[in-house]
Amino acid sequence: MTATAERPATTIFRRPRSKTGIWSWITTVDHKRIGIMYGYAAFAFFIIGGLEAILLRVQLSQANAEFLTAGAYNALFTMHGTTMIFLFVMPASAAFMNYLLPLLVGARDVAFPRLNALSWWVFFFGAIFLYSTFFFGTSLPPIGPDAIPGNLPDGGGPGSFNWISGSPDGGWFGYQPNAGPFYSPGTAMDYWAGGLQILGLSSLISAVNFIVTTFNMRAKGMRLMRLPVFAWMTTVTAFLLLFSLPIIAVALFMVTIDRQFGSLFFAATAGGDPILWQHLFWLFGHPEVYILILPAMGIVSEVFPVFSRKPLFGYSAVVFAGAAIAFLGFGVWAHHMFASGITPVAQAAFGLATMTIAIPTGIKIFNWLGTMWGGRLRFTTPMLFAIGFIAMFTIGGLSGVTHSIVPSDWQQTDTYYIVAHFHYVIFGGAVFGLFAGLYYWFPKYSGRMLDEKLGKWHFWLQFIGFNLTFAPMHWLGLQGMVRRTWKYAPEMGLEGWNQAVTAGAVIIAISILIFMWNWARSRRRGRVAGMDPWDARTIEWMTPNPTPEHNFSEPLEITKLDHFWHLKYDEDEEGRPRRREDADAMLEHLEDVGNNPREPIHLPSSSFFPFLVGLGVPIIFYGIIYHTSIAGKALIVGGILLILASCVGWGIEPVDEPHYGDHDEEHGEEPVAEEGELVDD
Amino acid sequence: MASSGRLARVFALLGLAFLLGACSLVEIEDAVLTTFEPAGPNAQRIDDLFWMVFWIATGVFAFVVVALIVLVLRFRDREGAKEPKQLHGNAKVEVVWTVIPAIILAAIAVPTVQAVFDLTECDPAAMKVELIGHQWWFEAHYPDYEVDTANVIVIPAGREVCLEMTSEDVIHNFWAPSLHGKRYLVPGQWTQLKMEAYEPGEFWAHCAEFCGLSHSLMRARVLAVAESEFETWVAEQQQPAVLPEEGTQAYDGYQVFVNRGCTQCHAYRVDGEGGSEIPREAFNGPDLTHFASRHVFAGAILPEFGEDRETALARWLADPPSVKPGSFMPNLALSGEEIDDLIAFLEESR
Amino acid sequence: MTDVAHVEPVHEEHESTGVPTLKLGMWIFLSSEFLFFGALISNYLLYSNRAGFEGLYPAEIYDIPFTSVSSFVLLMSSLTMVLAHNALSRGDQHGTRTWLFATAALGAVFLGGQVFEFTEFIVNYGMKLTSNPAASAFYVLTGFHGIHVAIGVFLLLSLWGISHRRGGLSEKSGLNVEMVGLYWHFVDIIWIVIFTVVYLISLPPA
Repeated sequence: MTATAERPATTIFRRPRSKTGIWSWITTVDHKRIGIMYGYAAFAFFIIGGLEAILLRVQLSQANAEFLTAGAYNALFTMHGTTMIFLFVMPASAAFMNYLLPLLVGARDVAFPRLNALSWWVFFFGAIFLYSTFFFGTSLPPIGPDAIPGNLPDGGGPGSFNWISGSPDGGWFGYQPNAGPFYSPGTAMDYWAGGLQILGLSSLISAVNFIVTTFNMRAKGMRLMRLPVFAWMTTVTAFLLLFSLPIIAVALFMVTIDRQFGSLFFAATAGGDPILWQHLFWLFGHPEVYILILPAMGIVSEVFPVFSRKPLFGYSAVVFAGAAIAFLGFGVWAHHMFASGITPVAQAAFGLATMTIAIPTGIKIFNWLGTMWGGRLRFTTPMLFAIGFIAMFTIGGLSGVTHSIVPSDWQQTDTYYIVAHFHYVIFGGAVFGLFAGLYYWFPKYSGRMLDEKLGKWHFWLQFIGFNLTFAPMHWLGLQGMVRRTWKYAPEMGLEGWNQAVTAGAVIIAISILIFMWNWARSRRRGRVAGMDPWDARTIEWMTPNPTPEHNFSEPLEITKLDHFWHLKYDEDEEGRPRRREDADAMLEHLEDVGNNPREPIHLPSSSFFPFLVGLGVPIIFYGIIYHTSIAGKALIVGGILLILASCVGWGIEPVDEPHYGDHDEEHGEEPVAEEGELVDD
Repeated sequence: MASSGRLARVFALLGLAFLLGACSLVEIEDAVLTTFEPAGPNAQRIDDLFWMVFWIATGVFAFVVVALIVLVLRFRDREGAKEPKQLHGNAKVEVVWTVIPAIILAAIAVPTVQAVFDLTECDPAAMKVELIGHQWWFEAHYPDYEVDTANVIVIPAGREVCLEMTSEDVIHNFWAPSLHGKRYLVPGQWTQLKMEAYEPGEFWAHCAEFCGLSHSLMRARVLAVAESEFETWVAEQQQPAVLPEEGTQAYDGYQVFVNRGCTQCHAYRVDGEGGSEIPREAFNGPDLTHFASRHVFAGAILPEFGEDRETALARWLADPPSVKPGSFMPNLALSGEEIDDLIAFLEESR
Repeated sequence: MTDVAHVEPVHEEHESTGVPTLKLGMWIFLSSEFLFFGALISNYLLYSNRAGFEGLYPAEIYDIPFTSVSSFVLLMSSLTMVLAHNALSRGDQHGTRTWLFATAALGAVFLGGQVFEFTEFIVNYGMKLTSNPAASAFYVLTGFHGIHVAIGVFLLLSLWGISHRRGGLSEKSGLNVEMVGLYWHFVDIIWIVIFTVVYLISLPPA
């Protein structure tokens, strides 16, 4: 580290320089640290969303139960869905994408490091904004026709936990006009709309960053068709985000303006069209589900080859299938609306389009099976989760195909059959995939291995608990259990299997506790990973573990797909791998030079401004919610000023300072940044 | 590493668990909203389509699971195993597993599309029933007969009825699983749903679109009756109310009904009174003229299972919001005597 | 032994596609913005001629001549933007400053025209955001476009302000000016679409 502090003339604040401590995290632009922060935040929300689910399950384990008030129940299922999708799965995927993408393309960081930090801080403050509804949100009974209000007894009616009912309670999908100003008065749904808006902004910024990184920051020789599949899926996901988020942004602005400023987009009594909301929401919402699953598909595409000791079968097919799923995914949104009254022609068209998505999905699954075929399979924990992914996602995918049978969907839609479907694909699919990734890449993050025995306990308990929770929901739905249902009557015959479902949820919770214990223990006392603990194939394993701040010490020159594997292994006459004699020496060299780079490495400098801009965003949204008061107006103005001022500061600040972040004491190069730079990232 | 025996046993156990679960479908008679007992041609057609696709899907799933088990058992790492050949792919195989699913889907698509068109539009000759959604009850209006009722939708068995549906407030969704799939009720728009029961019977229905605090307490019954019974029912419903005789408890109840403001939200059509001219849209609650002809009330959730009707009515009248949170019917703090009188009055309104 | 390649300082600009990173980023971002305005325009088209609304429809009260003039002003600002970038690449600092300011000024004039037009609609015709869904759609669409113009004016004035520093805008800043230029042209193109579709083509219900 530099000994002397030269305060460059171009910055407003002294650039932070410490590598440890909380300020280093607040000002970091290192993609790995950003990924780590996303990861811990996502996991915290996984726990919170899980607790919300447990409360729901307690209420549903008995007919006519009154454990929760109706208002608390509605808030819990709204927040459970919103949390799990936007605050758990998406940021968990972001954690992997942030940490790994530069490593997979062979770069030192993403294309725009400060913008990357901005994504994180916008997410962080957006999550706080959304969850502040538990303290500040209000939810009043609906105002019916003729402006007659509904009535609630003191304490919200039968049941407990009514203090939760001030949180958003219009469903994670916010259907209008129920979630509009008349039928959901109060501030709860404004927090929902604002929170989602903020989180969407965060993802959009990330999407731009990842796309540019993949296209422009690749190492020499890293042609697009040599990219690891996870890098491809990250890029495809980024395109999905890029094109779907603007639509939900428009929809959320419309509902916010309806609720706050009296516009009439969805006011049926004035001629507004409630179905318009659904079209806009699902134009985003359907690509969103591919956003949720494609990163996990990318992860298992990395895991299968390593633990089968064979290349991914049909690499091109897997990549193109992923792109095809994304492309087709924009054309099927109204399959969420088959019962909404759209014309039979539209229903038939969307049903057919939905069926076609099964084809590229099948291609991927068969190629993963093909990877295992003829391989030498090692059933490590990541591999178990990947195999579990295939089985569970297949079930979810097939129930999805049954939804595309339009008249049958008229029976299935809005029942627990759908709840079963999407939990199989999101939990059984994406979350199992994410856990595979966690176990697989834990050494890169921490330098140690997660315990295999605890890992297997985690896997099997989660597998059993998961299936016990969600399999019965298929028949519960077809037996008449509608969604978003606070209470059900005993004659509906649903109680028995609902109790099984609740038991399954408890088993899932136990399995997660085992995982948390594994994580905490292995961080400190896990087996040291060393270089290349899995005998992997892709280039992110060419750095020591944990990954040094600068990623690669030496410039890479990629010669083929699975470049790292080919540095270690030749092939014999039969096409079987044969370890090269110099492989171990090469690994030693990589480890040595990785920890002790021979030349100074120039890293992007830390910055305060992403944190400040991120802070300004929710301030504006608080102001919008309370805009009728002076305080609200002041918040709007203050937030805008904070953002503008921080953007100016950001623009003036060079990308990096000379001599900043250097790994070495020697300074031989010229300053890279120039005065007068405006917006360099 | 798990031994093959242990893995196989685990899978067998799981498979058994699934089968047991599937067998719970046998409990159908205890599930009043089941989709597995179609009682009309529309639901029957859907049921046939579902089972066909279900077995195909099960076949595909079995294929994948068997493949996984075979792969896991056959290719697991053993002592002295050779390094695997580094296969990169096989174009022929890619084509096969692209084309076969496409063919299967095309085969399923044909009956699907046919069914969409056959099951959507009403027969133009079918009797119309307007279904209007409210938070949290279904209103049924028979335009051909000028009959207005709620919660129990009486239809003649053996012929098609066309439900024309809209909502007064938010989006609702009418679902009578024994008879057909579900369809939205959208404010400001009209949707259609064919409804036909083979035989007389009572079929549960539920609102299936989240519509607020008491969404889970918004149900209905479709009552299919023989043709002659339907005509009788219509004639009865068309009659205005017969006011109770003075001096009876029912008459006291009628006084409570009028004086405590119930008529602001509930129509009660009495012959000769000017109030009969008020259009039904002006009333926020159900028409109570023939309340006692309906065996369920309050959005078809009362009386609860095992509860008698008077107890349920008393509970409801005493504090509607505590039965249905958010209810637009307020707690009027009625005395016990007022409640008893009201019950006597309502139970006479056949 | 694998040859260890000669180690180079690793902070050179990566440009695997040959397109400067900043420019690529701006293009990617703008492609997203096309969908944003696409959704708003579709929304307007849905409501603009739907019968049965109370009050005036926007298409009944447009002042096409006035809006044509303000559209022309915005178009001219794209020209001045090109001139600004051109001047910078020739090293003409004074020209750059002038044309940047001119662009910002023309943008501000356009915004002034919007404010005037909205005021006319609200005060003289009584067509407000809350009048009917078509009016809501109109105001939200043109309002968001206006916000984008305002942000653009802010960016231009920032560039203009920075250009007063000793040494002016460097050649490396050319990329920044080009980026702001891209954004500005995008805002202009969106306006051309809005003007054509919303003002010229759309009709109120018969």
